[in-house]
Amino acid sequence: MTERGFSRVRVDAFDEVPEHPGAPKPDPILVADGLTRRFGGLSAVAVDHLEIQRGAITALIGPNGAGKTTLFNLVTGFDKPNHGTWSFEDQRLEGKGAYQISRMGMVRTFQLTKALSRLTVMENMLLGATGQTGERFLGALIASLWRDQEAANRERAVALLARFNLTHMADEFAGTLSGGQRKLLEMARALMAEPQLIMLDEPMAGVNPALAQTIIGHVRDLREEGLSVVFVEHDMDVVRTVSDWVVVMSEGSVIAEGRHSSVVANPNVIDAYLGAHHGTPLDREEQDRQLAEADAVITAEGEAS
Amino acid sequence: MDIQSIIQNGVESAIGRDAIVYALAAIGLNVHFGYTGLLNFGQVGFMAVGAYGVSISVLEFGWPLWAGVLLGVGAAVVLALLLGLPTLRLRADYLAIVTIAAGEILRFTFRAAVLRDFTGGSNGINGFADDFYRPNPLGTGDYGFWRIRFSQNQLWVILVGWTLVALAVLLVWALMRSPWGRVLKAIREDEDAVRSLGKNVYSYKMQSLILGGVIGAVAGMMLSISAQSVQPDNYGTATTFFAYVVLILGGTARILGPVIGSIVFWGFLSVTETVLRQAVDQKYIPNSIMNSVQVGQVRFMLVGLGLILLLVFRPQGIFGDKQEIALAAR
Repeated sequence: MTERGFSRVRVDAFDEVPEHPGAPKPDPILVADGLTRRFGGLSAVAVDHLEIQRGAITALIGPNGAGKTTLFNLVTGFDKPNHGTWSFEDQRLEGKGAYQISRMGMVRTFQLTKALSRLTVMENMLLGATGQTGERFLGALIASLWRDQEAANRERAVALLARFNLTHMADEFAGTLSGGQRKLLEMARALMAEPQLIMLDEPMAGVNPALAQTIIGHVRDLREEGLSVVFVEHDMDVVRTVSDWVVVMSEGSVIAEGRHSSVVANPNVIDAYLGAHHGTPLDREEQDRQLAEADAVITAEGEAS
Repeated sequence: MDIQSIIQNGVESAIGRDAIVYALAAIGLNVHFGYTGLLNFGQVGFMAVGAYGVSISVLEFGWPLWAGVLLGVGAAVVLALLLGLPTLRLRADYLAIVTIAAGEILRFTFRAAVLRDFTGGSNGINGFADDFYRPNPLGTGDYGFWRIRFSQNQLWVILVGWTLVALAVLLVWALMRSPWGRVLKAIREDEDAVRSLGKNVYSYKMQSLILGGVIGAVAGMMLSISAQSVQPDNYGTATTFFAYVVLILGGTARILGPVIGSIVFWGFLSVTETVLRQAVDQKYIPNSIMNSVQVGQVRFMLVGLGLILLLVFRPQGIFGDKQEIALAAR
């Protein structure tokens, strides 16, 4: 581990960006407007305006149920919004299917890793490559049409597997990988599709701390290669180390945006995580009333059993 | 016990018409279920449109056989589109429900009295396959070795049938080793992951449904042509389930699984029948336990028992990979 680990590369692009929800960015790659998704009466996502800066690492945080994954699903075409528009690289995405959006260069991973169990790790990787002649029905029948392309893809896959420490597993079924290795495979597989923007849904959830550090390193490397990264994460230490910009969601809306240091000091964010009344001392009367209530409940339960 | 006739009947069944028909039907199902994970419970529907497509176009339209075959294939494509368009966007179980219903709807339609002029109603259609037997280069007579004998027409069916099986196997092999086949297998594992990598999952599932359906239609054609007759009640749900038995016996998602499965299934069925029949005739099994009429049912019970044992001791089938099955169960 050299300095690459934790020295912070500053992205100057954010110097002029005001720190409020919906802040305009100098060179946005993804722009969403009035994106709304309701499940029955519940408004899971209601984002007025959001811009994601190109070439930066944007962290999307928020308490459970804030709508982070739903927002991911909406912009990547895995779910349809009730209202709203959004565009990627200035191309409108309304009505586009998930596979079309992926082909345009926005590739996502999943919170619950989707390793393709009964395919080998190498097959998982090769699946990620785009524009394969051999994936067309008629092209598939004549091996000479796709053999060269397949060899070239395999070469890229070998390099990526080496980078993600999966070389020794290349010929094993992906179902035999550990949870952490699956996370790595999913990232590597997404990179096979050569995205411009990679959307990582909790890439470090459930992996051991050492591997989490490795993944942080990989996420940084992606930015160094010129990719834009959006990732959902709960661990604020991780967010602090790796993100250039933080977007905070709560109850479906973006409630704050900014650099890590300013976002964590934002009272709205603290309220969203801890509840609006945290820290206010109870007065004597209120405390007595709550204790009496609790007593009553305990007594009632005792009598019932 | 007459061991010779047990072997004779066993071998004749193992390479005979039924083995061919179910091998083809199961190859189609293997594309659907084994490789793509599509739960098609109406393979018999594809077989029926193939069979009726040929027979109606030859007998009612007066078309040559090859045109009838093309019509049968076309009908299978249309059926796949009809079944797939509404259901392939939904969860896997919807396709299962729709296909099992479609198979029955087709059977009832073909045997409906109002369509008797076209389909022959419950009598079906007979004697339309002369075109098939005319190019038979074999002279009249008996062919075979030892006690296993076939007439020239039976042998012609067997030769053409196994050639078709070989071609279907070759086609599926060529496709499944290709990136196209890799996409199908990936869809079987997790559709959303495949979608996230820019593949049009819906289109692939449709292609798979059509391919397997067309192979099923060819199975139906072989069944009807070899018998020179189409009977609607040969196309009931049991046919689909036998095809599944054949597939699972041989091993799903294995190129030769359906072929070996079919040979073993029909061979086993014939051997158990001959053994039981002889045992009953020669009073090894007293009539108080089983009479010769019950042999037909009992052999299916034995097949069921065999299947249960297979699933307990060798869930991957003859050719399957145990590790793969274990991963699927996760």
